[in-house]
Amino acid sequence: MSPALRDVAVVGFAQNLADHDRERNEVEFIIPVVRDAIAQSGIPRHDIGFTVSGSCDYLSGGPFTFVQGLDAVGAWPPIKESHVEMDAAWALYEAWVSIQVGDVDSALIYGFGKSSLGDVHEIFNLMNDPYSVMPLWPSTVDLAALQACAAIAADVTNERELAEVASRSHTAALANPHAIAGRDASADVLLAEPVTHVPLRDADIAPITDGAAAIVLAAGDLARKASSRPAWIRGIEHRIEPLALGVRDLTRSESTRLAAEAAGVADGPVEVAELHTQFSHEEPILRAALGLAPDVPVNPSGGPLGANPIMATGLIRIGEVATRITAGDVSRGVAHATQGPCLQQNLVCVLEGETN
Amino acid sequence: MTEVLLEQHVLEYPGGYTRSTGPVVGRFLTGLRDGRFEGIRGGDGTVIVPPTEYDPYTAAALSEFVEVGPAGVVTAWTWVAEPRVGKQPLDRPFAWALIKLDGADTAMLHAVAVDAPDAMSVGLRVQPRWRTERIGSIRDIEAFVPEGSEPLVVPSPEPDAEPVTGIVTPTRLDYEINAGIAPSKYLRGLAEGKVIGQRAVDSDQVYVPPRGSDPTSGEPTEIEVEVADVGTVTTFCVVNVPGLSELAPEIPYVCAQILLDGANTAWFGLIQGLPADEVRMGLRVKAVWADELIPNAASIKWFEPNGEPDTPYESYREYA
Repeated sequence: MSPALRDVAVVGFAQNLADHDRERNEVEFIIPVVRDAIAQSGIPRHDIGFTVSGSCDYLSGGPFTFVQGLDAVGAWPPIKESHVEMDAAWALYEAWVSIQVGDVDSALIYGFGKSSLGDVHEIFNLMNDPYSVMPLWPSTVDLAALQACAAIAADVTNERELAEVASRSHTAALANPHAIAGRDASADVLLAEPVTHVPLRDADIAPITDGAAAIVLAAGDLARKASSRPAWIRGIEHRIEPLALGVRDLTRSESTRLAAEAAGVADGPVEVAELHTQFSHEEPILRAALGLAPDVPVNPSGGPLGANPIMATGLIRIGEVATRITAGDVSRGVAHATQGPCLQQNLVCVLEGETN
Repeated sequence: MTEVLLEQHVLEYPGGYTRSTGPVVGRFLTGLRDGRFEGIRGGDGTVIVPPTEYDPYTAAALSEFVEVGPAGVVTAWTWVAEPRVGKQPLDRPFAWALIKLDGADTAMLHAVAVDAPDAMSVGLRVQPRWRTERIGSIRDIEAFVPEGSEPLVVPSPEPDAEPVTGIVTPTRLDYEINAGIAPSKYLRGLAEGKVIGQRAVDSDQVYVPPRGSDPTSGEPTEIEVEVADVGTVTTFCVVNVPGLSELAPEIPYVCAQILLDGANTAWFGLIQGLPADEVRMGLRVKAVWADELIPNAASIKWFEPNGEPDTPYESYREYA
């Protein structure tokens, strides 16, 4: 019998995004989100038990450059700190585990990166199999397009559905002050635009974004003190598939399905979902894996098609669901984060507001 | 000077990154060098191509190799309208495809050389075009082509050639990085012959060079403070490894942490102007500026003794 889990909630969230920012460096992006997320929680900075971040040295091209982000946090007297070379959604997972184990009662999580510094679609080729894939230099968009082709060939989706996902996302992004892309274009308008990476159009591909985001987690009574309506994490799980593209069924996201089952997505109504969809075709694949009913609103923030600060995008999905719960718009929602080519590794987080 | 400070930066492993292959990948690449494809049988009987050392579902070690191909079928494809020349397999537009070779149960990625996307389809049968010179690399296949569109030239393996045990992969990434707002102020100061540090509003700690925040509090360092270009050596290192420094071509040379007067963090710089064995903690030094000042740390070439008496240890001990 597993021990009862501690109640852990999101009690602060902030994001700071830009389109190809030539002025600020990473630290300057992080400073306001850390300050704002902590201020929302009301927890004094040096009372926060654990600091975990997610980023990737390859975004800026220097060894250990990621660690410089700590300048924005205030790490003296020394703090308990960790970081993962992954989207900060996984940093949040590590923080959640640390709270569960009882080491700490609160955590600050931040994710950041400037995708505009290098050729970000080329950089992540270094994550591919070093013998049989990487030396060919396929870009992340190339691999995503292969998955889109497979999904269309298997009737999991079609060109019109991709355009509808893109249209809805871009329209929603217009209403999101943090989004860097967004426009009012119907699916028909998008379908008339050129296909740039068969079968994907530019509108199907997330924009290059610079930025940072931060979340504060707190447990039990500390969370109740920190927030008038904490967004409780009821389940958080992640699963990974093999790296080799050809070994996987690219038309389904089995790891998302398993993570969703383990996290208890189906244990209650899903009133909103924020999915880490950097490409339109990923939405129908993930909807199916999560078992979302057709009427569940997906990515009301606009999702990654509106802003994709790689290494913070997944964390922001958790923050966007938490925001809607704390605002009282919804009572229960699902956030999803992904890493690796073609949805290789997936994290599912179920959040809920207290009903009382 | 108000233009944004940008710098071209290259991340590259000179000569290429070397990797050993192990016996399974080595056998696959040896096969490619010999003009042959080999997969491996998984625990459930399916043939995995390229071969993996372990079963992806059970983690059991695998060992039964199976020859597959050379032709196969496209299971998914996309088009590259603007190839990354010098990196991707072809210099002109081409297709990527996942190709299930005959006899394989999994698909592998490669390029298909056709003139236009309308030549591609799921289900298209393709065959490899082997390079004349093969070394044991996934690139020993120049590209795949539609089956029958050209003769399939099957290379003859070199007799007595040693199995492939390693690969060398040229790896280079290019970046354009920016300094950031706070560091830019400091860099522009250097271009004017000044060292400008920064501190946060509620702190007296002056950071040189500044990165935009006070690392103890996370507060932005909004106040600029000019510090002297004169300071104290707090600690140092005598370097005996040749070729590391362009400015100090002779060894031994000394690099040091120099606490500039007015700063609370030390500057890492070169010491010149006295024998290496006379450099000491507490030595008072002054900056020697370059003839041409630019917004770059290279504007200060090195530090030399300025003749002042040594700083007593007690006054800089917390910086040592």
